[in-house]
Amino acid sequence: MSRMIPHLVRRDRASLRMAVLAPLLALAAAIFVNLLVFLAMGKNPAAVFYALLLEPFLGWSSFSEVLLKTGPLLLIAQGLAIGFRAKVFNIGAEGQFILGAIFASAIPVYFPQATGQWIWPAMLLMGALGGALWAVVPAFWRVKLNANEILVTLMMSLIAAQVLNYLLLGPWKDPMGFNFPQSVMFQYDAMIPILLAGTRVNVSLLLALFSVLVAWVYMQRSFGGYQFLVGGLAPKAAAYAGFSESRAIWLSLLIGGFAAGLAGAAEVAGPIGQLQRGISTGYGYAAIIVAYLGGLHPLGILASSLLMAALYIGGDNAMVSADLPIAAVRVFQGSLLVFYLAAITFVRFRLVWPQHKAGAA
Amino acid sequence: MTKAYGQVVANDAIDLTVGRNSIHAILGENGAGKSTLMKLIYGVESPDAGEVLWDGQPVTLSSPAEARRLGIGMVFQHFSLFETLSVVENISLIVPGKKADLAARIRALGQDFGLDVDPFADVHSLSVGERQRVEIIRCLMTEPKLLILDEPTSVLPPQAVGLLFDTLRRLRDRGVSILFISHKLDEIQSLCDHATILRGGRVTGNVDPRQHDAHDLARMMIGRDMPPPLHADPLPVGDIRLELSALDHQPDDPFALGLSGVNLRLHAGEILGIAGISGNGQGELARLISGETRLSPARRDDIRLMGRGVAHLDPAARRALGFAFVPEERLGRGAVPEMSLADNSLLTAHPLGLLKRGLIDRRAEATFTAACIRDFDVRTSGPEAEAGALSGGNLQKFIMGREILLKPQVLFVAQPTWGVDIGAATAIRQRLVQMRNEGVAVLVISEELEELFEICDRIQVLHKGHLSPSLDARTTKAEEIGRWMIGAAGVPA
Amino acid sequence: MSGLSFILAGMLAAATPFLLAALGELVVERAGVLNLGIEGIMALGAVLAFIVVYHGGGHVAAFGLAALSGVVLALVFGWLALGLRANQVAVGLAVGILGQGLSSLIGNSYESLTITGIPKLALPGLSALPVVGGLFVQDAVVWLTLAATAAIWAMFRFSRLGLILRAVGENPHAARAIGYPVIRLRLWAVMFGGAMSGLAGAYAATVYTPLWADGMIAGRGWIALALVVFGTWLTGRIFFGALLFGAVSLASLVAQTENWAVPSQLLSALPYIVTIVVLGIITSNKRLLKVNGVASLGEPFGP
Repeated sequence: MSRMIPHLVRRDRASLRMAVLAPLLALAAAIFVNLLVFLAMGKNPAAVFYALLLEPFLGWSSFSEVLLKTGPLLLIAQGLAIGFRAKVFNIGAEGQFILGAIFASAIPVYFPQATGQWIWPAMLLMGALGGALWAVVPAFWRVKLNANEILVTLMMSLIAAQVLNYLLLGPWKDPMGFNFPQSVMFQYDAMIPILLAGTRVNVSLLLALFSVLVAWVYMQRSFGGYQFLVGGLAPKAAAYAGFSESRAIWLSLLIGGFAAGLAGAAEVAGPIGQLQRGISTGYGYAAIIVAYLGGLHPLGILASSLLMAALYIGGDNAMVSADLPIAAVRVFQGSLLVFYLAAITFVRFRLVWPQHKAGAA
Repeated sequence: MTKAYGQVVANDAIDLTVGRNSIHAILGENGAGKSTLMKLIYGVESPDAGEVLWDGQPVTLSSPAEARRLGIGMVFQHFSLFETLSVVENISLIVPGKKADLAARIRALGQDFGLDVDPFADVHSLSVGERQRVEIIRCLMTEPKLLILDEPTSVLPPQAVGLLFDTLRRLRDRGVSILFISHKLDEIQSLCDHATILRGGRVTGNVDPRQHDAHDLARMMIGRDMPPPLHADPLPVGDIRLELSALDHQPDDPFALGLSGVNLRLHAGEILGIAGISGNGQGELARLISGETRLSPARRDDIRLMGRGVAHLDPAARRALGFAFVPEERLGRGAVPEMSLADNSLLTAHPLGLLKRGLIDRRAEATFTAACIRDFDVRTSGPEAEAGALSGGNLQKFIMGREILLKPQVLFVAQPTWGVDIGAATAIRQRLVQMRNEGVAVLVISEELEELFEICDRIQVLHKGHLSPSLDARTTKAEEIGRWMIGAAGVPA
Repeated sequence: MSGLSFILAGMLAAATPFLLAALGELVVERAGVLNLGIEGIMALGAVLAFIVVYHGGGHVAAFGLAALSGVVLALVFGWLALGLRANQVAVGLAVGILGQGLSSLIGNSYESLTITGIPKLALPGLSALPVVGGLFVQDAVVWLTLAATAAIWAMFRFSRLGLILRAVGENPHAARAIGYPVIRLRLWAVMFGGAMSGLAGAYAATVYTPLWADGMIAGRGWIALALVVFGTWLTGRIFFGALLFGAVSLASLVAQTENWAVPSQLLSALPYIVTIVVLGIITSNKRLLKVNGVASLGEPFGP
């Protein structure tokens, strides 16, 4: 029976063409499968896809919203990808994002009257530290206690959600807020300056774009990035060469936490302007998809974060125009990742169909 | 039979006939296609073309279970046993029956053929030789008419080889045909009545090995005369470069053997060989010397390199003192399979000016790699080829080259020619002797005794984590090394 | 009812979703495969089972559909991780995300609806005991889960199938060399794991708390994954671990009835905190993991 099934044969070297093609193939496959889903839901697929994939790019105001969402996704995914390449799987960016938002909010919550242009940069710094701090636990657990960072980072995210709840229902609740679980609105100086006039896009987008440059130099050109790569591809070779595994784990998690925390701070000090329950619409999880879809490559991630941001905006559009539940976007994202992981197999392998016996003899 | 893996044709239209009551050798060097042919006969792989006749009838060997049903059994070179299971559990995976019955049959067979083993021992607690016995017993319990043994003597000390041969002859006399795979000419001449010789995936000879001398067989095997062994002339003893004193170590891995009381002194301008069957602590010893396993700073002087206590230092720090290491696993340890040769140069050669302010200097990297490929005759498409695409011999030459270009004071090589074709093996051994003549201290771990006798000045034997005293390679006989290999010569048993 | 007898009575039911999912994952991991998608598989099973019961299909059909949906998602996982040898961590995350997305989408119009669970069955005699009596009044699924625990324990302890699974997980290359179809065996194990996770989700949404709310699995799939590590891949230890988490997850209810002065969020976070702490304690013992662990866990295998 096994002779009728095509089998995988390793290529002599990775196929660059497939590496570039894989996300596009995955996108095509995801569109096709979700088309069937939308049909099954009785939606007009053309209208849905128009709203989901095209509309976000049509018109400056909706495109500026795409850019607004790109910022946090890009920032978090760049941080995660560094770890993923070292096979350190930080899947708790959601929690690190929340902690970043909480740490940043501490300044306007405790000093609501403070003024001066130092406030928002200080908030960003606090947020980055908060995110990194939340990653200390999984790093310590992995290095010193040998515990799997996947489970610990995930648990830390679930705990972060409870910390946020506690603050919003308790000590940080806005006394004038009609008992809503949210903090006070932040003062003007706690808000990141707007970058593009007439939009909500602020200076933090520049930070996210800068992270592409930093990640590119670090991962593609530096010896430090090379060490991460060796650790991920062949841990024994890293040990043989004397590259420290603990250092890679600590750095991976701290960088991931730092970037996610920064993104969280930029969110409360940017478009939201206060601490509330809905600060993250699953950015931390979506960034995992962004990182993979970008091939864990800094430039690829730039492209994939734009796509995912557009899906967010498109999802909102489709909810209004086509009455599509927002969860449909999550299904689309999930299937995109599934197809991408299928497609990248063919970067290293090619498919060989069995030959007929007669021909070979 | 024909079988290709991608572009590589491992078996090219091979014809083979095995008679009854015959011990039939398959002779060929590494990469000649011996193992692939055996996998085809045992049904692990299916051929691209060709057919198998069993007792004159065409059969399809679609799986090992099918092969066993016909009466074909196989003893693998890298054993197919499961460490966390007991002997009887391992055997029950292919032999049906109740555990108690199986255990009784294991004992009976053991007595019959001199293959003593405890059925209820866990496999991880067994020595390599005992594991081979388990594999053979497991095969015999399926009552085979054809028994395949893949390089069975590589895991045995010289004395035990004779016992194994006795067992095999007894089996032959009871009507079992035997396919004996080896690259050792003397063994084949003393045991086998027929030999099929493979080279580059093709049959290059079908002979009675007793009618031919070793030269003929070697020529058929490698296509030219066997290169003459080169013995190194003794040199005056230099300064001590590496020293292990009373080194004890119990690894984290509960299945691994610990080391106890290991003493070793390596001088400039000599080659010291560590003999012994793999699995006697070689892996842990190599990791301790290389720094992949580190000890606490308090025990730093347990290992001294260039006159400094280094047992607490990581591999990079030890390299900085003039140490270089070629590990036995080339893919995944000595080199990253998915990376280009150029990027693999960077692994250990980065201090040779391949970095500029923390960034990789691609041009220097390519120059270094090209030099390594040229000077060490690495056959590849160039510095951009992925390490995983190279043959075992070529990758070994590349890694050897990279480490030698580091200009080490101490060069440590584990299993230098394991899985390497004879041409490359000769080149590697010559290079080691050349390094020694230039005053480098060379340490070699090898399970090939002939190799150690060829190139070493002194030999120490590792057995169950104990290292024997130093023996002079030029005057000591193989039998004495053999006694140390089974622990019969020294104090610890 | 005292806090202790309340916990004793509710512990088994609270432990059942953990236990079902962890038993399934135990079989998967024993065969050498790491499926991180449990949380999503549970979520999909939960919503489908809820919908079946809500529309009057009954609990048996609900559990059947949940198991089936688990198998389907497991096949997606198997196709990628076993067929295409993709990174198992990434594939597990992908399948988990897909499962959670599907559960939100399908459950969109059922948010916050409730149904009725199933009756509890008392063991005569034992259930009348003081304090511990509640332990013996449980619903049918709990009793069946206990039976499944014993069956899986016996399978690994005595049966040939258990031996084969352990062999495939320890050394797939050797297993293939002696003729076992490694990929197919692993695929069966993965499908079994998917079915069990689907059942775990069904129990959570139709019996334990018979309502649908998006995100109601709330990390229980991840805790089940941690339980397999806590139990060092041994059925008995996983069972006791699940009981512990059942008890911990009841703590917030006890705290409310006993008026403890603890923020409810801390109690909600308690299972996650306990997971992290216990994980650190167990995994720091490397010898223990090596002796009982699965040597080839998570490594892609291709012939």
